[in-house]
Amino acid sequence: MTHVSAPTPVELEEPREDEVTFLEQPWVTIVWNDPVNLMSYVTFVFQTYFGYARRKAEKLMLEVHEDGRSVVSTGSREEMERDVQAMHEYGLWATLQKAE
Amino acid sequence: MSDGFVRRRGGGALATFSGFEGDLLRSLAQQLVELLRNEVAAPTAASDPLEDLLDFSGPTTAPEDPVLARLFPTAYPDDEEAAGEFRRFTESTLRDGKARCAVLVIDTLEQAGLPDELGEETVWVDVELDDADAQAWMKSFTDIRLALASRLGVEEGDEDYWESLPEDDPRAHVHDIYQWVGFLQETLVRALSR
Repeated sequence: MTHVSAPTPVELEEPREDEVTFLEQPWVTIVWNDPVNLMSYVTFVFQTYFGYARRKAEKLMLEVHEDGRSVVSTGSREEMERDVQAMHEYGLWATLQKAE
Repeated sequence: MSDGFVRRRGGGALATFSGFEGDLLRSLAQQLVELLRNEVAAPTAASDPLEDLLDFSGPTTAPEDPVLARLFPTAYPDDEEAAGEFRRFTESTLRDGKARCAVLVIDTLEQAGLPDELGEETVWVDVELDDADAQAWMKSFTDIRLALASRLGVEEGDEDYWESLPEDDPRAHVHDIYQWVGFLQETLVRALSR
């Protein structure tokens, strides 16, 4: 006898609006200034984790230092959560939000 | 006093510490490990038993201790629910990672000859780190500095204040240690930079 599997009815919650629209509107990782982390270290982290060239990493570091914050990466919500977690691993103060 | 780190041939970094310096670093790393393991990263009890069973991991609210709150910042400042979820799935992993780095610092120092207790005789500790270990040390230096700065209340541009403290003020002493770890961090970053 052949079994044909039928999809089990599973009740799913209504997807949240931000999960539906994330493809259209990207998310960003923001690194905030803090009085502790060294400029050289922040630059090093941007080079090492994101693979940015030194010049780009320094530009972002200076934005953090002078403007108080900088968008350091852009992508899907999931990717940005991964980046924020990595920044916390390095001791940087990072958050994520929808791109403005 | 240690000159800090220099580049190691083939990647990584080298440094020599006096027994006193090695002992100080070990004690800072130990305090960090204790702090990370102290306030248990336990989930806040859910009211639904099914939810309880499915709740694998960490806490959903920010730690009360300001040092821990800085080590594990809120990822979504304007969305409490998302912030809680993020914390639940990341904080335990982050805690373990940070504790592992601090333990590596302690182990490296002891393997390099730092005795359990400093005696009368002079000890020098030669530390050799490959690239991966050097990055772990770097993360630990960062965590130690964040912890010291949170306890001291370090702010942007407050160097004059710390300079003005009388020498016997214990905060001045702790601030000196904070700056010394910053110096080590600076030399380590330089040793690893491309």
